[in-house]
Amino acid sequence: MTTLAVEGLSVRYGAVEAVRGLSLEVQAGEIVGLIGPNGAGKSSTLHAVMGTAPVSGGDVRHDGRSLVGRRPEDVARGGVALVPEGRRIFGELTVEENLRLGLAARRSRASGSGLARAYGLFPMLQEFRRRHAGALSGGQQQQLAIGRALVAEPDVLLLDEPSLGLAPKIVDVVFEALGRIRESGLAVLLVEQRAQRTVAFADRSYVLANGELRLTLGPDDASDTERLVAAYLA
Amino acid sequence: MTLAFLNLTWPTIANGLALGGVYALMAVGIGLVFGVLRLVNFAYGQLIMAGGFALAYGAQWGLPNWVSILFCFGVVLALSVLMDRLVFRPLRTHSPAVMLVATFAIAFLLQNVALLAFGAYGKSAGSLAELNAPWDIGGVEIKKIAVIAVATAVFCLAVLQLLLTRTPLGLHMRAAALDFRTARLLGVRANRVIAGAVLISGAFAAVAAVMLSATEIQVTYSFGLQDTILVLAGVVLGGLNRPIPATLGGFAIGFASGILGGVLPSNQSQYLPAFLFAAVIVVLLLRPNGLFTRATGAVERV
Repeated sequence: MTTLAVEGLSVRYGAVEAVRGLSLEVQAGEIVGLIGPNGAGKSSTLHAVMGTAPVSGGDVRHDGRSLVGRRPEDVARGGVALVPEGRRIFGELTVEENLRLGLAARRSRASGSGLARAYGLFPMLQEFRRRHAGALSGGQQQQLAIGRALVAEPDVLLLDEPSLGLAPKIVDVVFEALGRIRESGLAVLLVEQRAQRTVAFADRSYVLANGELRLTLGPDDASDTERLVAAYLA
Repeated sequence: MTLAFLNLTWPTIANGLALGGVYALMAVGIGLVFGVLRLVNFAYGQLIMAGGFALAYGAQWGLPNWVSILFCFGVVLALSVLMDRLVFRPLRTHSPAVMLVATFAIAFLLQNVALLAFGAYGKSAGSLAELNAPWDIGGVEIKKIAVIAVATAVFCLAVLQLLLTRTPLGLHMRAAALDFRTARLLGVRANRVIAGAVLISGAFAAVAAVMLSATEIQVTYSFGLQDTILVLAGVVLGGLNRPIPATLGGFAIGFASGILGGVLPSNQSQYLPAFLFAAVIVVLLLRPNGLFTRATGAVERV
């Protein structure tokens, strides 16, 4: 069964239609990229999934059940986690408290402290767990934001520009972690500005412009710069 | 004592600490709801008034004190939940100005209901009056209620601190106060966090009602009103969006009010609120971000 399915989704803010009739799907164990210029509707798509953007048409299904009209906390508790744009970590709370917040959406209460998954993926978080999250560097905060999403043990992970504003070395850390997350069987929808890298890395990438799907690319298309540029400028 | 000419005695200081403690609890009650709803609940005083009338009825019916106090908690908590469900939640997405005016409306509505129901003179809640008798502590006579109020305030604040720092609900409440939208995206249930804040806030209002009714025995429609205005001033004085400074602000204004009430000659104590508010205005002119925040600290949250 398709883990996450977006079917003919439209998002409208007043007179502005940010997403128009978008359809895409993400299966368990695959990373799907969503790229396109600023204002293309990438973030709006993620927020429509989470229930924080106004859906004016179409549907979003998680394991066959519609998410449209649900409260964001219920979407999260249903197994869909978002790593929001700008990380949105709680700088005044400690690293560990930030991770514990991620437990709010966890469905099973069986396994351990629940934070092990985040610490396993990013050992730095365990080392700094008593520090205020605001004292971490941008790259460390991004790792915290991803770890916080994972402790909820979601089966769908949405990431909104996780590499934004990070040094190239840290971007490598983030992409490497995403690779391991894919291996663990999650369905990952990755919104990115780094088009070429995303296309090469993802199992499949959708190019969005003006709220509409323009192109679907596979990893082999990453070197086809002309096609990418054309999709952006179209 | 060098300040003897001001009549500043130990009993006066004890009364100041007691009023400071009660006002600190009220400040926390107002601050908790502000944290999650961005709503200044002007009707907080009417929760205290309702608690006062509950105690008065308990006394009239001849209930034992502990039953009266339970009844007071029941009435105040029920009214808190009612306010939340009927007014706060439906208006949650509106502007802060709309919500503030709505709480003004509730405040005056409840006051007038009380005026109609209980008359201008209200009712007597005399059953706790015996607590005004003094205890002899090291040769100084301190009112029992002063000791009890300080101890109760310390206990309540300590329990709250444990709740906020050691439990998932407390963590969720703190996160919601910092960034509600992100907290919800992480699975924090908005309704549960709001209900938690409203119930704790209501419980503190009930505690304040019990403490205030011991000294202010006649409960009228305006019971708790001036205290709430002073506490709101204290909360703003401390810094509205910072829990600890807001609590200190509440304590400070209660302490000042208690001390000034004790040292001013009784023919001048009617001007007490005027003095206090003049002081508040001066402080806000000098330190617009609040008394207990660093000069630049209050704007660090975007």
